[in-house]
Amino acid sequence: MGALMEFAIILGVTLAAELLHALLPLPVPASIYGMILMLTLLATGAVKLEKVKRAGGYLLEIMPVMFIPAAVGLLEIITDMKGALLPIAGVIVLTTIIVMAATGRTAQWIMDREAAKKR
Amino acid sequence: MKEIIGHAAYFGVAVSLAGYAVGLWIKKKVKKPFANPLLIAILLVMGALVVLGIDYDVYNESAKYLSYLLTPATVCLAIPLYQQLELLKKHWKAVIGGLVAGVASSLVSVLGLSVLFHLTHEQYVSLLPKSITTAIGMGLSEELGGIVTLTVASIILTGVLGAVIGEAVCRLFRIKNRVAVGLAFGASAHAVGTSRALEIGEVEGAMSSLAIAVSGLITVAVASFFVGFY
Repeated sequence: MGALMEFAIILGVTLAAELLHALLPLPVPASIYGMILMLTLLATGAVKLEKVKRAGGYLLEIMPVMFIPAAVGLLEIITDMKGALLPIAGVIVLTTIIVMAATGRTAQWIMDREAAKKR
Repeated sequence: MKEIIGHAAYFGVAVSLAGYAVGLWIKKKVKKPFANPLLIAILLVMGALVVLGIDYDVYNESAKYLSYLLTPATVCLAIPLYQQLELLKKHWKAVIGGLVAGVASSLVSVLGLSVLFHLTHEQYVSLLPKSITTAIGMGLSEELGGIVTLTVASIILTGVLGAVIGEAVCRLFRIKNRVAVGLAFGASAHAVGTSRALEIGEVEGAMSSLAIAVSGLITVAVASFFVGFY
């Protein structure tokens, strides 16, 4: 019963998030509303961590598998994009590296400065 | 053979899980970052469909139930985030600073490289949402006048690439702080990167989850300003 109850809570929050997505006129997907809602419920103590921890941990563990169908769908558009494939791939590879470096370096720089001030 | 598989309700799920199982096995044997089980599974399933001559639609008829779990799984990203809430409160300046830098660098670099590589305007705006989560990216692409399938493809490619090369990139740029590593994964490679960050550690996973939501929202707010630049 425990595991089923945990899934029920998670799906309940997901459903509430879908309703929010349908009702509010913002370009925010249901999954983000759900994440914020779940965080609020946990932080206020309305849902105890133990009530979602096992089922949630399981879903997160198998999450990579959930990306396989969409990624295999790339097969479909590769042929449509033939001529532009190389430059588009170039933009994707370079920006991925640039965004990682910019985010990580900036965050680390701010934390290092804060740490230095305290000393 | 094709007809039998076409009617099998579990073919897509089974072949996806089998591909992932092989990926996990290879990762254990090889122990190299490029031996990413997700990447291996994608390539194996693609290969299987091509070799067996099965349409993507037939595969997806069953495999779509895996995608169906993605929304509740994304909701559950709040759990590691909640467990690291103190860390978030302590480092909120670094979180905001890092993610604003991430979104700005994403939009500016897509603009610069699109000009450099002579992409069309349509291709350029389709790539603007490439670092954010698929659900937000699709809607944004539509709003900006992009090609939604190209946006989805670029988001998936970015995610898988980020998950595969993320640790190497962090090492190269000497990003060692666990909060910074997590933010870097989430800001550039959204949920796919986050699923990798969760494997690296709890702090990395939590910060990466946070980055998905915050970067996505910042991108929605500012991306439309970039449409007119090229």
